[in-house]
Amino acid sequence: MELGQMQKSLQDYTKSLFVEGILDSQFLQLPQLQDESNSDFVSQVVSLFFQDSDRILNDLSLSLDQKVVDFEKVDPYVHQLKGSSSSIGAQRVKNACVVFRSFCEQKNVEACHRCLQQVKQEYYLVKNRLETLFKLEQQIVASGGMISAMDLGF
Amino acid sequence: MVCEMETDQQIEEMDVEVLSSMWPEDVGGTEPDNQFNVEKPAGDSDTLKEVDIAEKRTMADLKRLPDLLNTTDQGSSQLTNLVKQWEYMQDHAVRLLREELKILTKQREEAEAKELKIIEEHNFETEEPENVPVLDESSDLFRRFKEKKRDKLVGRKRIEIDEEFDTVAYWKQKALSLEKMLEASTERERRLIEKLNESLKTMESHSAPVEELTQNLKRAEGFLHFILQNAPIVMGHQDKDLRYLFIYNKFPTLREHDILGKTDVEIFHGGGVKESEDFKREVLEKGKASKREITFETDLFGSKTFLIYVEPVYNKAREKIGINYMGMEVTDQVRKREKMAKLREDNAVRKAMESELTKTIHITEETMRAKQMLATMSHEIRSPLSGVVGMAEILSTTKLDKEQRQLLNVMISSGDLVLQLINDILDLSKVESGVMKLEATKFRPREVVKHVLQTAAASLKKELTLEGNIADEVPILVVGDVLRIRQILTNLISNAIKFTHQGKVGIKLKVIPKPSFASDNTHKADAEEQNGLAETSVWICCDVYDTGIGIPENALPCLFKKYMQASADHARKYGGTGLGLAICKQLVELMGGQLTVTSQVNLGSTFTFILPYKVAASNDHSDDQDEFSDMVDHQPEPDDSTEGYFQFKPLLGSIYSNGGPVMGNNFLPHKAMLPSPVKLINGNTGQSESVQVENGGYMDDTRLETGSGHCPESAHQYENGNGRCPSKESESCSSSQASSEMESEFTVSSPREDVQTETEVKETSKQPKILLVEDNKINIMVAKSMMKQLGYTFDIANNGVEAITAINSSSYDLVLMDVCMPVLDGLKATRLIRSYEESGNWDAAVEAGVDIKVLENKQMSVRSTNRLPIIAMTANTLSESSEECYANGMDSFISKPVTLQKLKQCLQQYLH
Repeated sequence: MELGQMQKSLQDYTKSLFVEGILDSQFLQLPQLQDESNSDFVSQVVSLFFQDSDRILNDLSLSLDQKVVDFEKVDPYVHQLKGSSSSIGAQRVKNACVVFRSFCEQKNVEACHRCLQQVKQEYYLVKNRLETLFKLEQQIVASGGMISAMDLGF
Repeated sequence: MVCEMETDQQIEEMDVEVLSSMWPEDVGGTEPDNQFNVEKPAGDSDTLKEVDIAEKRTMADLKRLPDLLNTTDQGSSQLTNLVKQWEYMQDHAVRLLREELKILTKQREEAEAKELKIIEEHNFETEEPENVPVLDESSDLFRRFKEKKRDKLVGRKRIEIDEEFDTVAYWKQKALSLEKMLEASTERERRLIEKLNESLKTMESHSAPVEELTQNLKRAEGFLHFILQNAPIVMGHQDKDLRYLFIYNKFPTLREHDILGKTDVEIFHGGGVKESEDFKREVLEKGKASKREITFETDLFGSKTFLIYVEPVYNKAREKIGINYMGMEVTDQVRKREKMAKLREDNAVRKAMESELTKTIHITEETMRAKQMLATMSHEIRSPLSGVVGMAEILSTTKLDKEQRQLLNVMISSGDLVLQLINDILDLSKVESGVMKLEATKFRPREVVKHVLQTAAASLKKELTLEGNIADEVPILVVGDVLRIRQILTNLISNAIKFTHQGKVGIKLKVIPKPSFASDNTHKADAEEQNGLAETSVWICCDVYDTGIGIPENALPCLFKKYMQASADHARKYGGTGLGLAICKQLVELMGGQLTVTSQVNLGSTFTFILPYKVAASNDHSDDQDEFSDMVDHQPEPDDSTEGYFQFKPLLGSIYSNGGPVMGNNFLPHKAMLPSPVKLINGNTGQSESVQVENGGYMDDTRLETGSGHCPESAHQYENGNGRCPSKESESCSSSQASSEMESEFTVSSPREDVQTETEVKETSKQPKILLVEDNKINIMVAKSMMKQLGYTFDIANNGVEAITAINSSSYDLVLMDVCMPVLDGLKATRLIRSYEESGNWDAAVEAGVDIKVLENKQMSVRSTNRLPIIAMTANTLSESSEECYANGMDSFISKPVTLQKLKQCLQQYLH
């Protein structure tokens, strides 16, 4: 694929992420924070998010699988996930977390299980998409292109 | 002939393609006879009986054709021609015959005369002399007639005379025979004349030239047929209803009854048919012959383009009776032409693209070069510089005497300025790539001018007077991108100083009417919309003038180009990247303004930029007003906001001659103590009429006020001031922290700048210390990057307990506190911190189970009087409502997720 084409498809792809509501404008903050000294800030913060979220989801699953669910433990996890997803603009994960927390307050175990599935689903979706996004970027960089903040944030 | 052959060859070479016949070779259903349209002329066959219609592809309504020929101009003119030609030929024949007759008559006369002579002379000859025709050889015709005549003559025998020569009998006999001959000759002549007359009569009676005409017509038609039989031409005549009366070279499968008496539309179907019919009708109506190219798209013969010539036909009464039309098939030509046109177009497009590409490549290369340079610069300069500044800041926390501290502050503020400039230069690349966004902030033009001049004066090493002059009508508070405007001013001023060796450099601000170039400036309108400002706007014209070396006229055009300087000589002499003016111009234009220059060599230059600003309503700034009045209470300060004139006088020579410690003095010029021209106050505040602005950025108005005894020796001013009011000095020092909040009115616009200003004002300045209390790693990472972007650093605490510990062990200017955290949440932590501020001890915290052992030795005096700003970071849920934040002692809140803009605003509000 030609460079221009790749850049176009990167833009389109990024746009689609916003159109589908997977990402929100907060994600546009990230490229702005990138500069010469930390040129891969976005991917750093996103991979940290993946790392962190994988752990949280794992812990959440374990906590919810206990015979007696300790909501005092579950809630902070969800809060954490909500905070970080909100920070990187993973909108749908964040929204799922909001719902999740409301059921935590109600101590509704069954609904929490459903929510966990929902959160996981959204999380893997955004993870998948972002990984594709970065792959695209890497391809562009590998072919000598530049990723400008505009490509990410229009 | 040779020539002709050559041209033929050329034509052949040129037209290599074998010209296919207009109609397809084998059309189904074409019978051989059909091709020639065998159609026996019906009815009125007499007239055209001789015409070999069978040989032609012509199809004609034979009843009508003669009519047509008789009634139309074209027809009658042809007939007239033929008649004329015939008449001419007849005339010619008659003339020839007459000539012949004349000759014969003459001959006869001669013969008679000769005979007479012979008789008269009685001249006997042995032989009969031959008649020598006078006009012998004069014409073939004559010769022919002569031969004829001979044949017809009575045998010309030699007269045999039996009698003896020269006897009477002999002569008698001879005379007799001659007599006979004469008679015969006369007889012969008579006969000839008779015949001639007869012939003439016959000729004259030849009145009906039908045969000849027919021959001629046939010949003409044969000629036309010969020429046209292979030509891709259709000809026809249509009556005024556009029904065919005649067609030549019709489409093979069409029969007579398919065409004659019908219109195009009735015969053909498909594209172009209607158009051709309309065209014919148009010609008929206008009565003017014309040509048109029409592409037909019919079922019958597919896609073919014809060049059609149509002319109206009139009868003798000048009435239109129809049209003649001739169509030549030019499909191939059109195709070729179109191909050519397309090729040409493609070629043009390709060329345009090529040049565009070259241009783009050029631009890209230049941009890349610039970016490369900028990146290198930023990296190479920023890192060591931040090292320098950082070390200087650390140094400033150590114990220093007054002078050292001031030197250090110059160092820090200069370093800061350079960092700022580097960032600004980096902005240029942003402008170029279109990423640059302007910000709308309120600022005071007077203050900006003053600060720029102060900063310039701080590093001034020449004997120059710096002055600022702001017209009264310039609003106190305007909205614009103050950072950029400062950058432009700084750039222009430093340029002016660089090229000025004596005299003065100054800034003049005045309000002007909206300039003409802005009348259709959509850019500005956009900017307005973006900023969402509906207030009135004002155009301010800013002159930066100097009395420097000036710029030669021929160097003006490239002045604003990147990497260009007036001359290589200047570049060597004065250094510089050649970027400064390019940046200024780009920034000014980005803001919807205009940057111009006028200059005279050796007299100086004036750079003028015109920019639109919004006028900010002053009541928007109630905070400021309050704080300002506070300020006045505490430490009366000159009202920068209305001051209209600043001046920074050059240092005196003695200072330069000083040794080591003077270094500071070089940076710290003395106060301008000339009382008279210095002050121009806008009257309305009326306060501090004697206030003067100090250069060097060490504005200490307090000291100035107190030391307002106007020390006469300017060179000693610094020391004098210092010596005179030490108490006031220290007071302002100790209260600097308190006043920092009050001074926030100066900080509306630029954090960096105001950090610097603050630095200047409070002598103990350093980077504000910020504590971020946040447990989420990702949020920390994001916040860290944002802070970095904004030019701040901060400490991190992961929960409330850590926050308390940190606050206890170090003093912070601001705390950003997440609300929901493990161990100890933000609300509780804030309550505990407030309780500590009130009581001076951490009892409440200890009660709450926070383990604090370390800090009993902390002195609480400063802290207790000073409320630490705590900003909540909330996710805006019910449990983290703003009310709750305020209720727990927080000062403000930022809703999550935190954005650069929100953070910036908050920091600006609380840090200065």
